[in-house]
Amino acid sequence: MRRFRTYNQVEETGQELPAQVAAQQERLKDRLASVRSIWLVGSGKGGVGKSAVTANLAAALAARSFSVGGLDGDVNGPSLARMLGAERGPLRSDGVGVAPAAGVAGTRVMSMDLLLGSADAPLRWREPDAAAGFIWQSTLEAGAVREFLSDVAWGTLDILLIDLPPGTDKLSRALQLIPEPAGVLLVTTPSEAARAAVARSARLVREAGVRRAGLIVNMAGHACSSCGHVDALFAAAADHRLVQESGMEAWARIPFHAGFATATDAGRPPVLDDPNGPAAAALLALADRVASTLDTEPL
Amino acid sequence: MKFLCLACDQAMEFAERQLPGDGTLAAVFGCPTCGREIAMLANPMETQLVSSLGIKVGGREVPEQPLELVRSSLAEGRPDAFLDDSAPANPSAVQGPVTWSDDAVQRLSHVPTFVRGMVKRIYTDYARERGIERITPEIMDTARTDLGLEGM
Ligand SMILES: Nc1ncnc2c1ncn2[C@@H]1O[C@H](COP(=O)(O)OP(=O)(O)OP(=O)(O)O)[C@@H](O)[C@H]1O
Ligand SMILES: [Mg+2]
Ligand SMILES: [Zn+2]
Repeated sequence: MRRFRTYNQVEETGQELPAQVAAQQERLKDRLASVRSIWLVGSGKGGVGKSAVTANLAAALAARSFSVGGLDGDVNGPSLARMLGAERGPLRSDGVGVAPAAGVAGTRVMSMDLLLGSADAPLRWREPDAAAGFIWQSTLEAGAVREFLSDVAWGTLDILLIDLPPGTDKLSRALQLIPEPAGVLLVTTPSEAARAAVARSARLVREAGVRRAGLIVNMAGHACSSCGHVDALFAAAADHRLVQESGMEAWARIPFHAGFATATDAGRPPVLDDPNGPAAAALLALADRVASTLDTEPL
Repeated sequence: MKFLCLACDQAMEFAERQLPGDGTLAAVFGCPTCGREIAMLANPMETQLVSSLGIKVGGREVPEQPLELVRSSLAEGRPDAFLDDSAPANPSAVQGPVTWSDDAVQRLSHVPTFVRGMVKRIYTDYARERGIERITPEIMDTARTDLGLEGM
């Protein structure tokens, strides 16, 4: 039988794929050298308020004079640009980088939403064979997020918040791209149904050795829109078990408040316009906690 | 992916790229010792597998553009999503001004606006790095083949 040398034993000619992947990694590292801290906002389940938390946290920190970037890591269901009130005007680009869009309170925003034809346009890739598209769609999605990180002219940032798509797998993928985030926020509702998903994500975060990890219990109670009084929405016992089984500390409990959704979804984060509202107050307290870590974050 | 000349037990080097049609990408590799050449032919699906990683078979001729993968892969990008200026990706490689002939400008105008500014920069970078002063449709053809700019 003929014996071959292995791939690594054969001399490099400089055009190999690994060298190009290494160059991409280098580009990412260079770009992020001026970003003090990166926080990931994820969840095991969808629709629990990740984007709303990300947008309000970003706005609250920016209002405190931190330089804040918001990256929409959800390329299929982008919502961060809208929630941060970013204009859909053309993005300036040169050979070095693409300027982020300007959001409320001076936040810098990048989202697939800014690149798609209309607000309801689904994400479609050019593909030679649509039937086999699933093979590379997730590769392209991951590539898009990598480019949003490495090719956007973020400038100097105190904090870059990344709003992830739902699912523990997406959090895992994000941790491959950003192996050492300054922190991870796991958003959940305090329901029995969310418990297993939260526990899975929490375990992933623990095993990745993430420095700071906080559980955000969203829609924890219902705030009356006229008097602001908060009623328990889910049983307190479920909330308690959820936090306990996740092994994480609850960094915030945010009540459900109808006005909060309307304003956030319209690009007017209530932390700026209605800071005394019940949900906004909880988010401002969360911003305090995150801000307290920023002062100690080295550049 | 490496190509090994079995006679010489040596890695072959990338020589050129061609787009012979049909969506085929041909990459030629040659043995630096005996001169033997092979062509690797990839169909659109195989090409897509590699390019969805943001990678070019045979290596890059000009630096990767910002958001190159997104801009070249998105099917329905917003026409006015970008406002491109022509600052090169690699300022140290600047030789001199590059001009465009009228028919080259005309041809560029057929490129969808979502990627046009980026494509213009790629052709300009290509010309600069080769000391080409004027971009014509012929130069665009050569560059497209050299760079493997399938669909651009
Ligand atoms: N505490 C809250 N009170 C009222 N509405 C809320 C609250 N938190 C989030 N919402 C609203 O719920 C909806 C879903 O929230 P959001 O889009 O932030 O969830 P998500 O976890 O990002 O969803 P997806 O998984 O689809 O990305 C939005 O309209 C949002 O404004
Ligand atoms: Mg979301
Ligand atoms: Zn040989």
